[in-house]
Amino acid sequence: MCLGIPGQLKEISDVNEHLARVDVSGVTRIINIGLLEDENLQSGDWVLIHVGFAMSKIDEEEAALALASLQLMGQAYEEELGAFWSSKISSDTGGS
Amino acid sequence: MKFVDEYRDPTAAQALVAQITALAGDDHFKFMEVCGGHTHTIYRHGIEHVLPANVELVHGPGCPVCVIPMGRVDDAISVAREPDVIFTSFGDMMRVPGSQGNLLRAKAEGADIRFVYSPLDALKIAMDNPEREVVFFAVGFETTAPSTALTLLQAKTKGVSNFTVFSNHVTIVPPLRAILESPDLRLNGFLGPGHVSTVVGQRPYRFVPSEYGLPLVTAGFEPLDILHAISMLLTQIREGRCEIENQYSRVVREEGNPRALAILAEVFELRPHFEWRGLGFISQSGLKLRPEFAAFDAELRYQTPGVRVADPKACQCGEVLKGVIKPWECKVFGTACTPETPIGTCMVSSEGACAAYYNFGRMHREAAVTLGRRRQLTA
Repeated sequence: MCLGIPGQLKEISDVNEHLARVDVSGVTRIINIGLLEDENLQSGDWVLIHVGFAMSKIDEEEAALALASLQLMGQAYEEELGAFWSSKISSDTGGS
Repeated sequence: MKFVDEYRDPTAAQALVAQITALAGDDHFKFMEVCGGHTHTIYRHGIEHVLPANVELVHGPGCPVCVIPMGRVDDAISVAREPDVIFTSFGDMMRVPGSQGNLLRAKAEGADIRFVYSPLDALKIAMDNPEREVVFFAVGFETTAPSTALTLLQAKTKGVSNFTVFSNHVTIVPPLRAILESPDLRLNGFLGPGHVSTVVGQRPYRFVPSEYGLPLVTAGFEPLDILHAISMLLTQIREGRCEIENQYSRVVREEGNPRALAILAEVFELRPHFEWRGLGFISQSGLKLRPEFAAFDAELRYQTPGVRVADPKACQCGEVLKGVIKPWECKVFGTACTPETPIGTCMVSSEGACAAYYNFGRMHREAAVTLGRRRQLTA
């Protein structure tokens, strides 16, 4: 729950609800970007995701670093990723 | 130096270790890493083996699962057993022991307990099940509290009346102060938490240098980040400085995330006091829902036992959480208390010091000495 997962914004799917489609390790899911409303997020931007919310905007290099160190964590990261994939924040599951 | 070879940039890691060794000289330094994520990195990557013996890391109270006292788990289970309730929780909390078992056991005994990734998942379950009452077991520092707050704002806007939150959110500064006031521990500085700081920024830590005369360096989660932050702490000390510095400026900003802080303040207020496992009651350290959100407050909707339960006698999580003892110095570590059958919270979460040490069981030199002594005594 405390792990920040890097994801790349594909598109803002619902402006009013602050929902966006993100790609995390090749899987697309919906997250909430309301906490980064002041950041003027665009598709292609990278964010760190905590419990279904984008918490900070990061650059591509930091995303790669964060992902590499998460992958080294092994089981803890797999569990977090599994939980993320199971998330159904919106009835639009974001496809796959 | 065996572990350094596994790091992303072994040359840079070796240079940092050499710098740390030179800066430390013959003096002994004890730094506390506040965040459970850092504890995980430190054990996972054998950083304690890489550092010179006179630079010691002690683990702090920054694992939100670990600091939940037994009484609150009992309260959660009692709410979960209410008829019509769907009780939702992060997976990490499912195995945290209360005085009469954990949430997993309550689920096996028939309570409708579901694990969710996000508070928004819990809200979705509420909207999909209007005939049921959905409760979200909210835990975490300022890293996750804004997410719960935003979810509550949504619930209010949408007029969802069957959704409540059992708030166990806590804030990072009060336990730091409690540790600084504790006479058991002599620290030389802190590795400041990474993700929490993306929300709160750097300002809340100013009291550490100004009131307690200790440096704090906010650190990232890579092994190189940790080594770099340690060298920054030592450099400050050797140059006679005592400041807040930010090693993780790639992600953490001085002002934090003002929007997240504003949403937090809109939804939550400080409790007069909150009980922490091992640290006891700390004033103004827990978050509860503001009166405007009373309709969403599970503590107002349900009767909970609200009983304070002492930790099992054998459990030394409190001392581990304060950094007074290392995980392996606990009497039940790895014997009666394992990740499969945890007695204390530190063995439950992957970010708990005991679970991290158990899982990555690379023998620490002090552990080896201690075990060696025990063997001599029993031989």
